[in-house]
Amino acid sequence: MKILRLLWVFFRIGVMGELAYRLNFVVQLFQSLLELATALAGLAVIFAYTDKLGSWRPDEVVALVGVYFLVGGVIGLVIQPSMERFIDSVRQGTLDYTLTKPEDAQLLVSIQGVEIWKLIDIALGFGVLVVALGRLGERVGAWQAAAFAGMLLAGGAIVYSFWLILATCSFWFVRVENILIIFQSMYEAGRWPVSLYPGWLRFGLTFLVPVAFATTVPAEALTGRLNPQVVLGTVGLAAVMLVVSRLFWRAGIRHYSGASA
Amino acid sequence: MSALLDLYVQHFKTSLAAMLQYRASLVIWLIGHVLEPLIYLVVWSVVSNTRGGRVGGYTTGEFAAYFIVLMLVNHITYTWIMYEYEYRIRHGSLSFDLLRPVHPIHSDIADNVSSKLISLPGMLLAAVLLALLFRPTFHVVLWAVVAAIPALFLAFLLRFLVEWTLALAAFWTTRVSAINQMYFVALLFLSGQVAPLSLLPSPIQAVATALPFRWMVSFPVELLLGRLTPAKAMAGLAAQAVWVVLGLGLVKIVWRAGVRAYSAVGG
Repeated sequence: MKILRLLWVFFRIGVMGELAYRLNFVVQLFQSLLELATALAGLAVIFAYTDKLGSWRPDEVVALVGVYFLVGGVIGLVIQPSMERFIDSVRQGTLDYTLTKPEDAQLLVSIQGVEIWKLIDIALGFGVLVVALGRLGERVGAWQAAAFAGMLLAGGAIVYSFWLILATCSFWFVRVENILIIFQSMYEAGRWPVSLYPGWLRFGLTFLVPVAFATTVPAEALTGRLNPQVVLGTVGLAAVMLVVSRLFWRAGIRHYSGASA
Repeated sequence: MSALLDLYVQHFKTSLAAMLQYRASLVIWLIGHVLEPLIYLVVWSVVSNTRGGRVGGYTTGEFAAYFIVLMLVNHITYTWIMYEYEYRIRHGSLSFDLLRPVHPIHSDIADNVSSKLISLPGMLLAAVLLALLFRPTFHVVLWAVVAAIPALFLAFLLRFLVEWTLALAAFWTTRVSAINQMYFVALLFLSGQVAPLSLLPSPIQAVATALPFRWMVSFPVELLLGRLTPAKAMAGLAAQAVWVVLGLGLVKIVWRAGVRAYSAVGG
């Protein structure tokens, strides 16, 4: 509950900061719509030549695009801006102020930046998902929907832990923003089912940079492609990642000595 | 003329030294630029394999060849000048460039070429690795490879002029990211990044041919792959030359108008 209350506070700060620039909403809406249209047009080109991509039907790939926008929106809404601020605050020494606050520092650091316009991406992704689901029809049952919600949460936890671990490296190294950019460019690969990629790339997108857990696995849950072992494995991995990133964060904090702000 | 040559040589040296300081960013840049063609290579290979090894005049091996060559041609012609200009104009550092007695486009070209020379070995290595992994089919046509040399040069020049002009939009608006995105979407479809142009609907092909996009990337790729007849190659080179001349004129007009609109305080 405390998380939600704090998140709400930071969200309001984000809204107040951005409401001064209202034209941004129109520009961002335009850019998000253009990005979505580009993704769908790319699919149209490909599905003009085939009616199945691997084992995926067109509507299923559209659902994947919806998941891609939804998860990408969540990353861009709070994870990425917060982590960027955090890295900057380590370099500048302003992390001292966060550490003196009476809340858990990891929590504060993880939600301190909210990029409100990314809500547009979340809404668009959700819309695409709903349309694709409508077209997939009764193939999506209660079990699939539950597995989807679970995998979305687990995938979100894995991606969050991954970002936190990378960002925590900034206690030891100065320029870690660059590593974060790698995730951004690799994330693009998540617009397609990772099962299409050759083994080495699939491995990299699953375990080195967890793009597969962010997009493909939830979409697979939705389209009834997941067996219970993978579901349990993903939840297990999410739990392990959360614990490991927490421990690593603690080690980082112990190592940190403020350069005086 | 020799003064200009000296200028280029000096710029090469300084930007080489600067680039070598940021090797990590070069690697990250490389990942981004290999990944996109790689994704489409994989997708089209899958499509081609499900359709019995051949789609729209391309076999699976020819798709691999197409996207590997596309990656290299993109590397040669790519620019990032729009991000630079946005920064220069917003921060006013352009004022210093304006004080110099040479047109600033020369230092931008020198920077572009030198940074590409540094990343070229990495790019070639990536191309070799992809070739080993995806076993592309190349049909080497000697005259076409020779003709591709001027085609690549003109493609580089044309794309540089177009994107440099686009970068100057920052003189008039601070919302260049929306403009850039529109340009990139057009580039994605019209220069053959998503699929070889011959696989797109014919109205889109017509648009790509009428605008400079095809001549910036797709034409040299098809030439290198030996997919063009001599007549088409000649027509393509001519189209490139015409667009380069138009581009030069455009740069001149837009630059003059932009500098007039520009004002900075302090430095």
